[in-house]
Amino acid sequence: MREIESSKSFRDKAKAALAKPAAFGKDIDLSSFASSGTEHPYRADPSELATAAKKQMLDVGVMLDDSSQRSGTFIQMDNTPVHSSIRQEGIEIMATSQALEKYDWLSDYWWQAVVIDTDKYTASVELNQHDGYFIRALPGSRSIYPVQACLYLTRAQLSQNVHNIIIAEEGSELHIITGCTTALNEESGLHLGVSEFYVKRGAKVTFTMIHNWNPEVAVRPRTGIVVEQDGIFLSNYVLMKPVRSLQMYPTAKCVGENAVVRYNSILVAAPGSSLDVGSRAILNAKGTKTEIVSRAITTGGDIVARGYIEGNAPDVKGHLECRGLILQGAGTIHAIPELKGNLAGIDLSHEAAVGKIAEEQVEYLMARGLSRSEATATIVRGFLRVDIEGLPPMLSAELRKAVETSEKDLM
Amino acid sequence: MREAVLSIKQLAVGVENKQILHDIDLEIRSGETHVLFGPNGSGKSTLLMAIMGFPRYQISKGNIFFKGRDITMLPLDERARLGIGMSFQRPPVVRGVKTRDMVAACLKGQGNEKNIGRLAEKADLVDFLDRETNYGFSGGEIKRSEMMQLLAQRPELSLLDEPESGVDLVNIALIGELINELLEKNRRIRDRKHAGLIITHTGHILDYVNASTGYVMLDGRIICQGDPHEILATIKEKGYEECAKCVK
Repeated sequence: MREIESSKSFRDKAKAALAKPAAFGKDIDLSSFASSGTEHPYRADPSELATAAKKQMLDVGVMLDDSSQRSGTFIQMDNTPVHSSIRQEGIEIMATSQALEKYDWLSDYWWQAVVIDTDKYTASVELNQHDGYFIRALPGSRSIYPVQACLYLTRAQLSQNVHNIIIAEEGSELHIITGCTTALNEESGLHLGVSEFYVKRGAKVTFTMIHNWNPEVAVRPRTGIVVEQDGIFLSNYVLMKPVRSLQMYPTAKCVGENAVVRYNSILVAAPGSSLDVGSRAILNAKGTKTEIVSRAITTGGDIVARGYIEGNAPDVKGHLECRGLILQGAGTIHAIPELKGNLAGIDLSHEAAVGKIAEEQVEYLMARGLSRSEATATIVRGFLRVDIEGLPPMLSAELRKAVETSEKDLM
Repeated sequence: MREAVLSIKQLAVGVENKQILHDIDLEIRSGETHVLFGPNGSGKSTLLMAIMGFPRYQISKGNIFFKGRDITMLPLDERARLGIGMSFQRPPVVRGVKTRDMVAACLKGQGNEKNIGRLAEKADLVDFLDRETNYGFSGGEIKRSEMMQLLAQRPELSLLDEPESGVDLVNIALIGELINELLEKNRRIRDRKHAGLIITHTGHILDYVNASTGYVMLDGRIICQGDPHEILATIKEKGYEECAKCVK
């Protein structure tokens, strides 16, 4: 495995930020995690991976036994890329180290959407990075099936440090499913993931990320998105399994006219889980739009559900919807929707609601013959069902499947 | 004599320790439609909620029988499964749960696309199936949705709470049609299996749906029973004040 060289200025900035705590979320002691470990062998055929691993990957939408409905596959175990392949022309997928070797220009995208010294986690990724994925849709190419990527954590006390770069060139359409999961049951681990998205003029990216961790894993994704004129970025995030601590606040900047960003998040916090998850959209160009929807359920864990929309250009429009459901136990949901408008002629709004399931609704369904538990399950299922405009039907079905697989645990 | 679908004896009902209904006696036989008149706040909805079995409505005295079985202590959902259904005056919005899901739940095992679509066409709600239940619905749409769900559920006893309130004339006609189908008005009386109890404040629904018996409820008591059209004519002419005089 080859550690990626970074320019001296990046390294200097990162070193200076190595002790800088994040703006949100519990602080994690990085010194208790190793950033290197045993390497894993490369697999030309990913279906040869262990059955248990494949099953876990399947639960997060990554299909290895039959990848006919995927236009490309990337798998990284701990800090080793173990497979990458393409099934469709016009799509590139490879480890970032390989992409950096292949394309000199890639450095133009390096730390451009995410600020390197945001906090100690971004700094740590710069200083201890071990690959991640590079996915690119060539100009005008349109993927029928999604590209799939899996970041898989197997070693206890390891910090998985990835830096992903995703580029949708002009007029392209790219669908991505990223599944992040772990083989660890009780042991602790850390996932640090920097993802930088570049959605060029007239391009469309849908990014569906499903996380299945364990009650001892801490997760700190750091994501930035730049959307050019008429570009569309659609993010769907699902976290329904226990995790010790997860904090992220992806930021999308609409820099070209009429760019569109949509975020949908489905969050479930089990007892012992602490989630601080937000979505941020900065509307910097005329006619840009955003919609942020989050659904948070706690069965005993704590959730901070953030949202931020900033309007800095004429005729921008944004709506933020944050709904939380406290199902049982002593969980907390703290919804923090924020809007900032910097000029006249912008249209930003939000709605937020946190509460338990209304008894009136349960009884309404019971009056139709459903038992109390059936009625509750129907309402929870409905709550978690976010209809996502613009998502291809196949991906909607995959997302629904991922939610349905986990929602049984809630009932 | 036809079987009594609903039989209520000496029923007293309270909400949050406040007594609302007193000594209610009522009997509806298979195939019959009865109408309950009364001013706002007289206890009409309380009676329907108590028959349906909503836990908030506490029965302190008396009994409710459904087809001869004492259901006084039976939970809400079991009553629904036995064959009692209700259209709500103001049903809650259920975000995330689509109207289609509600109809499917009412159809139980028969909730296929064809059956759901057929019912939605009847209720003129095809475009509403994929909308969240009652979210942003107009008054007429809510009532049609309630009737569509009951048509899916096919209860032997339908409790209809103000099916015409907040509804324009065009919608009342359609709701009347749906009620007539639910209560099998197109069949001969002796062949009807479904019975109904309709609450009406204005009586407009009687222009569209025939009923055999009417009651007037005042201050939580049924004070009058007779021909529904005669009762309505009296109320229209003299108001509920005249009914109050009957009690004194």
